[in-house]
Amino acid sequence: MIVSRRWLEALLGRALDPQDLERRLGMLGAPVEGIVPLHQDLADVRVARVLEVKQHPNADRLTLCLVDVGGSGGAGPVEVVCGAPNVQAGKKYPYAAVGAVLPGGAKLERKKIRGVESNGMLCSAKELGLGEDHAGILELDTDAPPGTPFLDAYPIADHQIVIEVTANRPDLLCHKGVARELGASLGATIKLPELPVGRSDRRTVGPNYRPAVRRPDRGAVDGVEIRLEDAEGCPRYMAAVIRGVRVGPSPAWLAGRLGNIGQRSINNVVDATNYILFELNQPLHAFDLARLRGPAVVIRRARAGERIVTLDGVERTLTAEMTAICDAERPTIVAGVMGSAESEVTPATTDLVLECAYFQPTRIRRTRRALGLSSESSYRFERGIDLFGMPDALRRAIEAIVAVAGGEVREALDLWPQPIHEKTIFLRPERVAQLLGMTVERRDIEQLLSAIGFVVAPKDSRLAVQVPGWRPDVTHEVDLIEETARLKGYGAFPDELRPYRPGTVPDAPIERAKERVRQAIARGGFYEARTFPLGPADGPDAVEVLNPLSAEEAHLRTRLLPGLVRRVEHNWAGRNRDIRLFEVGTVFRRGTSGVAERTAVAGVLTGARRPPHWTEGAKVPDMDIWDLKHHFELAVRLAAPACHVQPAPGGALGWVAVKRGGGGDDVGGWAGALEADAPVWAAPLFGFEVRLEVVELAPALYRALPVTPPVERDVALVLPPDVTAEAVAGVLHRTSGTLLEALDVFDEYRGPGIPADHRSVAWHLSFRDPGRTLREGEVDKILAAAMRALEDELGVRRRAG
Amino acid sequence: MRDLLAAVHALRERLGEIPQADERRLQDLKTEILGRKAGALTKILGDLPKLQPADRRSVGAAANVLKRDFEAAFAARERDLARASRATVGLDPTMPGRPSWRGGLHLVTQVVAEICDIFRELGFTRAVGPEAETEWYNFGALNFPKDHPAIDVQDSFYLADGLLLRTHTSPVQVRTMEQYRPPIRVVSPGQCYRRDPFDPSHAPVFEQVEGLVVDEGVTFVDLKATLSAFARQFFGPHTATRFSPSYFPFTEPSADMQVSCSVCHGAGCPTCKQTGWMEILGSGMVHPAVLENCRIDPEHYSGFAFGMGPHRIAMVRHGIPDIRLFFEGDVRFLAQFSGEGAP
Repeated sequence: MIVSRRWLEALLGRALDPQDLERRLGMLGAPVEGIVPLHQDLADVRVARVLEVKQHPNADRLTLCLVDVGGSGGAGPVEVVCGAPNVQAGKKYPYAAVGAVLPGGAKLERKKIRGVESNGMLCSAKELGLGEDHAGILELDTDAPPGTPFLDAYPIADHQIVIEVTANRPDLLCHKGVARELGASLGATIKLPELPVGRSDRRTVGPNYRPAVRRPDRGAVDGVEIRLEDAEGCPRYMAAVIRGVRVGPSPAWLAGRLGNIGQRSINNVVDATNYILFELNQPLHAFDLARLRGPAVVIRRARAGERIVTLDGVERTLTAEMTAICDAERPTIVAGVMGSAESEVTPATTDLVLECAYFQPTRIRRTRRALGLSSESSYRFERGIDLFGMPDALRRAIEAIVAVAGGEVREALDLWPQPIHEKTIFLRPERVAQLLGMTVERRDIEQLLSAIGFVVAPKDSRLAVQVPGWRPDVTHEVDLIEETARLKGYGAFPDELRPYRPGTVPDAPIERAKERVRQAIARGGFYEARTFPLGPADGPDAVEVLNPLSAEEAHLRTRLLPGLVRRVEHNWAGRNRDIRLFEVGTVFRRGTSGVAERTAVAGVLTGARRPPHWTEGAKVPDMDIWDLKHHFELAVRLAAPACHVQPAPGGALGWVAVKRGGGGDDVGGWAGALEADAPVWAAPLFGFEVRLEVVELAPALYRALPVTPPVERDVALVLPPDVTAEAVAGVLHRTSGTLLEALDVFDEYRGPGIPADHRSVAWHLSFRDPGRTLREGEVDKILAAAMRALEDELGVRRRAG
Repeated sequence: MRDLLAAVHALRERLGEIPQADERRLQDLKTEILGRKAGALTKILGDLPKLQPADRRSVGAAANVLKRDFEAAFAARERDLARASRATVGLDPTMPGRPSWRGGLHLVTQVVAEICDIFRELGFTRAVGPEAETEWYNFGALNFPKDHPAIDVQDSFYLADGLLLRTHTSPVQVRTMEQYRPPIRVVSPGQCYRRDPFDPSHAPVFEQVEGLVVDEGVTFVDLKATLSAFARQFFGPHTATRFSPSYFPFTEPSADMQVSCSVCHGAGCPTCKQTGWMEILGSGMVHPAVLENCRIDPEHYSGFAFGMGPHRIAMVRHGIPDIRLFFEGDVRFLAQFSGEGAP
């Protein structure tokens, strides 16, 4: 919402400082987003009086004016060349001396015009940035003596104040509402400014106006029949007929008021209704009586398929969910949103219907969304306007139109099928203290609320508070408590920390689990990424977003890995070859009922196994499938301790994490090589993903550190094809029992000396008895038994030599 | 005899030369003092037999002590020189050390953890809820009027079956109040979604930390005190706070909290847009309608709630100009905030 400082000043009857305004509004809950100075660039322009007008010796259309520009030091009148047809001796005009800087930044140079030197310039409205009128110079109606700065004589310099208005405060969408808040803060009262009466050449007939005639749902106003058939969409409808208006350009004060808040001047009638909109927050609609068939105005639900060409020239199709303002035959206005091009007020209009209505907020909201069409009016109706302020708004709108466009009003009609009163809410002063933690005196509360238009009366131990119509947001006692705190100022409340009771909610185990896993994986040399959870469909059970931002982002992720692969590609694009990323995040699948959410842990790795170091030359081996297996096993131990890692089924080298004792089909994780859009210099890319299970870890128990010495053996075994290291290790553990403390592979060999398709795998075995020192002979015996079992069961023999 | 004793004492002075001696000087000193033929101390010891027995004992004792001291000093210096030569021969100590790959947590994760840790100190635990929510939990239970402009600022992504992606973690408030009885003191971190296109200051996905306190006699003063205490912990002990009215359908009164700018301390800078203040969080007293929706009697209990955006807070505190950087997964960006410097 943009408000004008000068407009607010007119309502409050006092000068305002923009910075002070910003501070006050912020503390009242209407933060200022920006302050834009306007017309400050007219500082060099002064008031001047033309003393004499002569014909330019060398040009028919130019005149030579003798101008009193005031000023000290007795510098007499100056000669100025003028091209305007309207210049007259004795009148005052804005004058810019040589050297003055005009709007747009141009500096006025001394120059000769058709052989005569001009000492400065008399300015038009357009040259001053005050309007489009370029035909003549701007005649000033002022008592200020020549030489007075223009901005002193005409205080048009202004500030646009851009206010952020929250959805609950429609009252702040107009100058009166903002002034009301400021008035409470400043201790000032507000009064609507007098509307300047029109120029003498216009018909300025004052309104012969009686209060609008109240009827339930139908009536006539000055020969126009008005029927309110949709009281649900339009609870109250007022209308007046104004005859004999002269549509034309707006006077400067009106165009200036609207221009200063960024509104284009359209014509005097439309501008007058807009003026009331921005002054009182009452949208009004004036339409041409001559175009009205009947003449009748019917407020009804639109018929499905009815069409209307709105003001913006677009043909729109209405539905039965919308309210339309129609004449005897067809819709002329989409109620509360926009009128038709056909019924628009034009220069030819002489008689018009002025509509002042309250439309049901939800109806307007749905209509505006269905049509994809917003307007200043729909924005206000949607938030709720002042149902009780309508008669005053209509009267002032009529005054404004008659003041700027002339015309006559005989009567006005007020259709209100189910009249209601302002609501009254009871406020318990002790409840204020209970909720705010500080006592606010009863008289204080009364004063605070009264200052912004609430009517407060004591009622037993409570306060009966009547809520003004412009505050539809205030519906409960707590709303009044908020008003009390807001007007008192939040700064008035202390911020001392008081004792509290501990809560009953246990700390979420999933958050602990995520924290633990994140830290452990980061320690393994991975950076945490947070990828975008929307992307293309990943699998048939991906959850679809019905209104995505783009077709490529129409599904929720079912896995983390695709997102991480895209992040790897992003890093490759930045010429980075060594990338280790992980993510802990939510994945989604369509479940039997709704959406199944799980937390997953995933990592991707590519590039050198360790950073290169000068002691080892530049070449460091790239990470391979064995780096992957290590990180996968670690992730499974961290995130899914109930699973164990086994080779993935199918051809490709990879692993899965399978629930122990789960029959093998409960897969909780996967690891393998990944496809990606890789540059030629990239290393192979690997990744893993594990489902995070929330398990409360038992505290680790101490195992006694050994005091007896181990007996160590290295054995190289020849494994036939299809015999796995895991199978060999199984036999070794079974036959050695608990004395075999550690078993590690330290080499693998294929080649000469080993039968084709066979391989030699070397193990380091470490035996220990924690209770006594093992003898070499015992270990030799165990090993011999193990070798026999290996040969019998797996065909594995000790490598010769 | 006096001459010999004086010679022993004079010789002792020279012990001090040994710790500074380089390898060659050390050999020379050794020869000069302990040399088998011409060593100064060797000579003294050789002259001992010429003395009277009483003198021989006193001079002999002093000379032998000195001999042991010299031997120990020479040995110590030789060890030092040997160690030094092993370490430095041909080596340039300014060459880089051997690095290992480092990793780290995402900045937003760190900020969320920091926020939750501070609230843990203030007696809060963590509560979480689903990201795919019903309209009731996301809007209805939180007192959002149906078909109201208040919903416009939280434009939602809709899923099938009447579900949507939560636009804030506030639904967790409702779920917590349904499940537990007061006193409640929780913070709920989590991912939220709004249908805003990506731009430097908006992301369709963002993290939020929401908080809720419900108990008997909880007041607006408690709200201000708790959140100010948080701000001082997070931004530093000299941080000032100020509260201004705001609007959230689920709180009343509602308040925005601003903190004095952590960059310029109130003087005005680009981070705070020259205002000296930064808007950090929204808050308010829990609306009675929300309590009622959770079957908690608002006449008996009251509470406050608050919510903040770790992405925004991280941007403010760390001077990050574009929210999209958080989602790109660029290792160079991530490493800047690992607390270890370069990757």
